[in-house]
Amino acid sequence: MRYYILSLQKSIAQLFKSLLINKTRTFLTMLGIVIGVSGVIIIMSVGAGAQALVVSQIESLGSKVVGVHPGNSGKDSPPPSVMGIVITTLNYDDLQAIRNKKNVPNLVEAVGFIRGIGTASWKSNSYNTTLNGVTSGYLTVEGVELKEGRFFLKAEERNMSRNVVIGSLVKEELFGDSDAIGQKIQIRDHSFNVIGVLKEKGMVALSNADDQILIPMKTMQKLIAGVDHLAIIRVKVDNEENVKQVMEDVKYIIRAQHNIVDQTGAQDDFTVRSAAEALETITTITDSLRYFLALIAALSLVVGGIGIMNIMIVSVTERTQEIGLRKAIGASSANISNQFLIETISITSIGGLIGIILGSLISYFIYLGAQFLDYKDWEFIITLDSVALSVGVSIVVGLIFGIYPARRASKLQPVEALRYE
Amino acid sequence: MQIELKKISKTFDTDGVKTPVLFDVSFNIDRGEFIAIMGPSGSGKSTLMHIIGLLDFATRGGYKLDSLNIDNFDDNELARLRNQKFGFVFQSFHLLPRTTVLENVKLPLTYSKEENDSSALARDALKSVGLTHRLNYLTNQISGGEKQRVAIARALVNNPDIILADEPTGNLDSKSGMQVMKILQNLNDQGKTIILVTHEFYTAEHSKRIIKMMDGKLKTDTKVRNRRRASSNGKLK
Repeated sequence: MRYYILSLQKSIAQLFKSLLINKTRTFLTMLGIVIGVSGVIIIMSVGAGAQALVVSQIESLGSKVVGVHPGNSGKDSPPPSVMGIVITTLNYDDLQAIRNKKNVPNLVEAVGFIRGIGTASWKSNSYNTTLNGVTSGYLTVEGVELKEGRFFLKAEERNMSRNVVIGSLVKEELFGDSDAIGQKIQIRDHSFNVIGVLKEKGMVALSNADDQILIPMKTMQKLIAGVDHLAIIRVKVDNEENVKQVMEDVKYIIRAQHNIVDQTGAQDDFTVRSAAEALETITTITDSLRYFLALIAALSLVVGGIGIMNIMIVSVTERTQEIGLRKAIGASSANISNQFLIETISITSIGGLIGIILGSLISYFIYLGAQFLDYKDWEFIITLDSVALSVGVSIVVGLIFGIYPARRASKLQPVEALRYE
Repeated sequence: MQIELKKISKTFDTDGVKTPVLFDVSFNIDRGEFIAIMGPSGSGKSTLMHIIGLLDFATRGGYKLDSLNIDNFDDNELARLRNQKFGFVFQSFHLLPRTTVLENVKLPLTYSKEENDSSALARDALKSVGLTHRLNYLTNQISGGEKQRVAIARALVNNPDIILADEPTGNLDSKSGMQVMKILQNLNDQGKTIILVTHEFYTAEHSKRIIKMMDGKLKTDTKVRNRRRASSNGKLK
């Protein structure tokens, strides 16, 4: 036992000498592993950070909000609208039916949305922003407050009113310090009156509530979007315990609206989801995406490993005489094999370590960047599983790709190795 | 009797092409001998030395080292014997590049199973070849003669019984060659068995016994009558 510890100490001392002799090559050999490991760390960390952001954004929607999306989707899959597919099965009448307290007794308020983008201008200033066609319940459902002015009334949803409410950022960009209320702004050749400005709110549900112009629903549909449907209806429930009941009520009433008899949900052309469900779905998606990407990054480790094997085989050939000499002065085949195997494993392990440090640093800078861009809920997370995965794969790669060159080295006959030119 | 060679034959097999290099070579070596194995290139003298030093193995015949049959040894035991019993000196030195003189000399000790103060032993070995002033030089910073002396120090560091030297003066100028021969003679005077392979008669005359090889066969085995002593004009510190 003592001998083995002694010989291990000697091997390690030998190792650093031989690694240092070829600094450039050692570094280049390591590079593949460094990049692969930092890739795994960054992907896992950024994934976790983004996930934290998404989760907190969805939580910010409130647990008392139920979403009605157009199109049918399975329980665990995302609504089609998430994938960018436009489905037009929801309309204003559906919203009206939901708003009816007789149909949905636990309802506080519901709001319909149709989204677009456009450039708004006032005098010489213009600003590109999100245009949100909404109904009068917006403030109640989204928990946004007015800074000044008023919100548009229920009647204005339908009567092609040109009154709009602007987010605080839009106010800043267009008007600066000037008063916005009562001013006329231009959007796509149409003139609108600013009747209200929203209080600063920040990111809600991954969109910036400060960077938008709220336009009465009908006006948005007809004048700007040129459509007749709603992109989503969001329903606020009076109490968390009633969320399930409201979801059932909403499904029932929309089926009635759409003449769907089947109450199992198979025929539905819409999907009702609570924030909790959305959270689960999003977590499932981001988790699988994260592991998928990490797997691709880990694949690059295998490529790095093949590179290392290549270099080690070259190294064995190059050091044939050295191997012969070592055997002549008393190295056993096992000594030689261990020497090369330890060399490979240390290259991958040291590379892995550098990769973890580098990956963590880069992840931290990405985190700082996210903070700078005001994604306050982005978290800096280095997960233990990503570190374990990287270290594990590095060592295994070293072991697998080190064995062949090491065996090749140990099999050399001393006299042939010495004679090798 | 230290080494006993009995009807040693060796045939190289390179991709099915058989090249016989040694035929039924038999002789014995006693402790403390200084033998020169001579012969033109291709006579099999180097192969013979490799077989004696356990770097290569006979195709047929028997080899006993200290009365033990080497056929019974496995890889680990052979490695241990090479480490403890033999010291090798090669024509082309075979020092590790970009490594210091001291580290090169310490190398055999890393494969030794005994605990040792490797730095002290290596210093002692370098002292005996007069190179204490070169300890921390890299091997590419010293002269050919010095390189060969480093190689001898490396061969000595484990205090082996037998030194095997394959054309040790072949790459050296005459003065350095003389220094090397002087060291070998001194070692022999201290009781070490020296086996020298050379094709120069002048060098061989420094030994006590000359074995001449020709076409893979032992031609003559004679004692040296007027043995040369390496002059000390190749001054050693």
